[in-house]
Amino acid sequence: MTYILHFLGFGQGGWGAALLVASGVTLALSVLGFLLGAVFGALSAGGRLSRRLVPAGLAKAYGTVFRGIPDLLTIYLLYYGGSIALTQIGKFFGSAGFVGLPTFATGVLAIGIISGAYQGEVYRGAYQAVDLGQFDACKALGLSGFQSLRLVVVPQLMRHALPGLGNVWQLVLKDSALISVIGLVELMRQAQIGAGSTREPFIFYIAAAGLYFVIAVVTASVFRYGEARAWRGMVHA
Amino acid sequence: MIDLAFFLEIIPALLAGLPLTLQLAASSISIGFIMALLLALAQQGNHRFVVWPIRAFVAVFRGTPLLVQIFLIYYGLGQFRPTLQAIGLWWLFREPYWCAIIALSLNTAAYGSEILRGAIQGVPRGLVEAATASGMSRYLTLRLVVLPLALRQAIPSYSNEIILMVKGTSLASIITLVEVTGIAQGLISQTYRAVEVFVTAGAIYLTLNFTIISALNALEAWLTPYRARV
Repeated sequence: MTYILHFLGFGQGGWGAALLVASGVTLALSVLGFLLGAVFGALSAGGRLSRRLVPAGLAKAYGTVFRGIPDLLTIYLLYYGGSIALTQIGKFFGSAGFVGLPTFATGVLAIGIISGAYQGEVYRGAYQAVDLGQFDACKALGLSGFQSLRLVVVPQLMRHALPGLGNVWQLVLKDSALISVIGLVELMRQAQIGAGSTREPFIFYIAAAGLYFVIAVVTASVFRYGEARAWRGMVHA
Repeated sequence: MIDLAFFLEIIPALLAGLPLTLQLAASSISIGFIMALLLALAQQGNHRFVVWPIRAFVAVFRGTPLLVQIFLIYYGLGQFRPTLQAIGLWWLFREPYWCAIIALSLNTAAYGSEILRGAIQGVPRGLVEAATASGMSRYLTLRLVVLPLALRQAIPSYSNEIILMVKGTSLASIITLVEVTGIAQGLISQTYRAVEVFVTAGAIYLTLNFTIISALNALEAWLTPYRARV
């Protein structure tokens, strides 16, 4: 038992530090991907709520496509598609070999696109949950469109959006493991490397599962705190 | 600009992976559903030693990535080959096909059991009391009152879970199973035409998911005859 645990320690031949650093990469990848997804999600919700046909149609197609096809395919499209385009440009400038996209940036973009499709649905639902009287009140106060969004609508919308966003965040965290397929050394990839070089896959994947679990539980409490804060001063069930 | 000949070439190539995708999805969704139902029902008893292990199982499988679960079962358990051979289970854990089905089934059982648990608790208490008052046994109440209502109530959430599982089968390609996503990846690295392959493979998955959603919506409508069709 000690023989096995030694692989996860911080001493000579221990992978503890490498796994912790990789957890940091996973967290950074997920947070940045989630934030990028918030931008795509807000745009998509805006499109869905628009009365004009083109934005509404585009937003609907975006949500349907990226929620309906496997995330792995989206990741392959971005990585290989982007790398192929980059290699073509490289050829034009006289470079011979295959030019790969930077894996971290590709990962953030992939998670952003995928989670944006889910976040769009969350924001749309939350927007519709804001009481209509609030919009009338904004007009009565003479607030501009942007002002009423920033000061009145968004703070109230977040109350309804946070539970859904918490679910999307959990999805993002688990999806980030898929970025390992394009070679980014995040938690999953680091566990694979450790498993390969020590021939102890069981202990390394258990360790990875444990670390993912801890990140999931700790970050879930952040969302609970945010929810409590968003509802402060309000009586709600 | 659109190279039709290329599409005509890759459509049959990708469709060749559809039977495997369907097999993986159908087996894991059915096995997972049965397990989910058993897990949800077992938690109704409120016995501590039954409920806690189930809660732990659900938390672990919902809190960790599916990819880790697949690797743990395929590569991780492969490490215990002598033990598995001794108890006669090696044939199961040797094959990536069975490992993928085991991992996907356990995963969807964890999510599904929460959906069904909520749906069972959502059955109005008065109906159960009425069944008891009219002399129905617990089993009869379950079969005639609780389950029909709970399962119908669960259809919308469960169809989301089914779509997630169809998408989840794509991870089997990472442990060497050549289903639609596996073929797509191979085609992309051979032909260097990521967009065309993505569009075609994506269309296959979207068609599949659309069919499943329509079927489940029809099932829900059929089971809810009193509700006005919108």
